[in-house]
Amino acid sequence: MTRKIRVLVAKPGLDGHDRGAKVVAAALRDAGMEVIYTGLHQTPEMVVAAALQEDVDAIGLSVHSGAHLTLFRKVLGLMRDKGLNDVLLTGGGIIPQKDRDALSAEGVGRLFGPGTPLKDLAEYITTEVANRRPLV
Amino acid sequence: MTPSELAAGVMSGDRRILARALSIVERGGGAAEGFLDALWPRPGTARRIGVTGPPGAGKSSLVNVLVREARLRGLSVAVLAIDPSSPFSGGALLGDRVRMVEHALDAGVFIRSQASRLALGGLAETTYDMVEVLDAGGFDLVIVETVGVGQSELEIVRLADMTAIVLAPAMGDMVQAMKSGIVEIGDIVVVNKGDLPGAAQFRDEIVAAFGMTVEAGGVSRVDSVVLVSAATGDGVPALLERIRSTSPEVVELRRRGSALRRLDMAVASALAGLRQCEEATRLLHDFAPKVQAGRLPIRVAVRDIVVAALRSRPEGGLR
Repeated sequence: MTRKIRVLVAKPGLDGHDRGAKVVAAALRDAGMEVIYTGLHQTPEMVVAAALQEDVDAIGLSVHSGAHLTLFRKVLGLMRDKGLNDVLLTGGGIIPQKDRDALSAEGVGRLFGPGTPLKDLAEYITTEVANRRPLV
Repeated sequence: MTPSELAAGVMSGDRRILARALSIVERGGGAAEGFLDALWPRPGTARRIGVTGPPGAGKSSLVNVLVREARLRGLSVAVLAIDPSSPFSGGALLGDRVRMVEHALDAGVFIRSQASRLALGGLAETTYDMVEVLDAGGFDLVIVETVGVGQSELEIVRLADMTAIVLAPAMGDMVQAMKSGIVEIGDIVVVNKGDLPGAAQFRDEIVAAFGMTVEAGGVSRVDSVVLVSAATGDGVPALLERIRSTSPEVVELRRRGSALRRLDMAVASALAGLRQCEEATRLLHDFAPKVQAGRLPIRVAVRDIVVAALRSRPEGGLR
C-alpha cells in the first residue's frame, strides 16, 4: 500500500489573493493527498518551519505579487539550510516563463500558471515526490 | 537511521527527527513498531490536554491562545491537531495551523497536523502513539485538538489527562447542550466567544443544566464551566491555571484508563491482523460450504481458523 503524500500549501508575502491556493489545496485533497494549509501572509521562514514540523513531501507556494523570484529563492535557501533536500518546492501564480526557467535551473520544481488543469498538478507532485522519497 | 538512533534523536530535542519519527509512527507497520520499542519505556513527562467540541466553536483559536499563555510562563508546547479525512478521496485538508501562525517561528512550540484517516471517535488510529512520541520530545504540554465532534466522539477523554470541551453561544439551543455525550464527558466546559452577546447567559444556562443533572442523580466529570474569549484573551490565564492544577491523583487515574484503552485497541488491531493471514482466509473459504451444508458447526470452524492463524504467525500480525 502506498502512503499518503503530504503537501504544504502556503501563500508567502503580501498579496491577499488566496482563491487559487484554496482551489489547489482542495484539488490535491480530492486527489487523495493530505494538504496542510497555512493561509495568507507567510514569511519564507514560517513556510519552511511549518514544512519541517509537518514533514511534508512537497511545498506549494502561490505567488501573485510579482515577488516570486525573491520568495522562491528564499524558501529554497532555507529548505537547504534545514536539510529539507528531498522535499519538492513547486507552486504557481502569475510568473513569466523566463523567471520559471531561471528558478527551475536553481532547483525549484515546475511552476504552474493560470488555466492549468488541476489534475496535472496532482500528477506532477505524485511523480516528483516518488523520485525523491519512496512512496511504498 | 536505526530505531534507537531515531529514538535518541527525538529525546535529544531534534525537531527534524521528531517530525520524521511522527511520520513513521503514523504510517504504522514494522518500522513504527521497531521505533516505538526503542522509545520504550516512555521517557516523557508532558501533561496531556485534550481540546474538543463541535466544528466552529473555536477549538483552534482557543489552542492558539492557550499556547500563547503557556509560552508567557516559559512552558514548551506540542500541538497535535486532527482534521477529518474525506471518505471519498481519502485526502484531507488540514487547516488548524491557520489559527496558530503566531507560533510558527517559536522554537518552544511544535505543531503537527494529522488526518483522521476515517477513524471514528475524533482521533486518528495512531494518535495515541503520536502523543507518546511528542511526549518523548520533551515538551511540558502536549495539546491534542480533535476533529470537530458531535455528540458521541469521546475518544479524547480516554487519551488525555484532562479534556476541555469548547462550546460557543448561538450554536443551538440549550436542549442540544443538555443531550448526553459531549458536554458531560470533559473536565472543563469552555464557553468560547465570550465577547459575543449572550455568551454569559449561555454559560449560566450550562451551569444550570449541570445542576439539574447532578440533582437528578446523574454523573458528570465536569467541575467547572468557564467563559473565555479566544479573540480578546479574556479568561485564558485562568483557564490555563485550571488545566495545570489537575491533581496528580486524577492524572494517575486517567493514565491508567488510557493505558487500558491503548492496550485494548492494540489487542483488537493484532487480532484483526491475525484474521488477514492467508491461512485464515483459505480456511474461511474452505469452511463456508461445510457450514452451509450443516456439516461443520460455526463454533468449531471459528476455533480452527483462530488456531491456524495463530500458528501461522503472519507478517503484520503478532511478532
